[in-house]
Amino acid sequence: MSPAAASDRFHALRVGDSLPERRFECGNVQLMLYNAALWNGHRIHYDETYAREVEGYPGLVVAGPLLGDWLHQCVEEWLGGDGRILSIEYSNRVATYVGDPLISGGTVTELRPDSQEAVIEVFIRNAEGAVAAPGTVVARFGESW
Amino acid sequence: MSLLTPDLLANIGRRSEPRRELVTRRDIRKYAVATGSRQRRYLDGDLAPPMFHVPLFWDVVELDQLTPDGVSIDTLLPKFPLEKAMAGGLEIEYHRPIRPGDWLTATRTLTDIYEKQGRSGPLIFYEVVMDVVDDGGDLVVREKTTRILR
Repeated sequence: MSPAAASDRFHALRVGDSLPERRFECGNVQLMLYNAALWNGHRIHYDETYAREVEGYPGLVVAGPLLGDWLHQCVEEWLGGDGRILSIEYSNRVATYVGDPLISGGTVTELRPDSQEAVIEVFIRNAEGAVAAPGTVVARFGESW
Repeated sequence: MSLLTPDLLANIGRRSEPRRELVTRRDIRKYAVATGSRQRRYLDGDLAPPMFHVPLFWDVVELDQLTPDGVSIDTLLPKFPLEKAMAGGLEIEYHRPIRPGDWLTATRTLTDIYEKQGRSGPLIFYEVVMDVVDDGGDLVVREKTTRILR
């Protein structure tokens, strides 16, 4: 996308604009591949008997940083080629499990015209409506990698 | 009375040995696939997605250094008087892109330890900053992790 088009898009933004929501559902295969890519051997992510009987979880636990990645994906898919993420802060508040239907989304909460930056509150929400991972992203329009 | 003794607080500023790793297209592709990315440049491994520093610098230790639940012990941390970990938070700044062939070096520093009073007792917070730099010494990613113990 051209810088002019990115700039036009930034100037058309309004505080309160919503980002498209996306559904994520982590299955056993994805969770295993994710932890393998990290080299994360924590048994709560693949040993269901251990997760239930020793740790007392209702199922296999989705790795916390995977939810963090999904927050980035939510913003990057909305940005397209028009901008990039400068920074994020997020936390894992509620555990999520294999098979949980999760939704990512966000809202523009601040616009900084001088630097063409947008501040976006992002979330991963579970089926009960609880926010499992809240976050704040700062993205700059007109700059991409 | 504080749980944080002078000996414990003396660990603030403690720094890990730098770790230097090579970014490969294959590792980028595996990570992009595993996270469910829908962006071709990541799936093809031309550019690393955000958070790629997480798999790149996850600690690789030998089997006998893992706990029975499969976790590696973070040797940067002292023994804390509270041990039950609660959810923490992350702050990440992205300064430069990461591409296949890049050599990156990460250094972790224990930057703070502090105590707060929670509803059901004292809480210990600690912060670890990981700086990732390229071979020219330029900052690529800075990540600050805050963890809470109760």
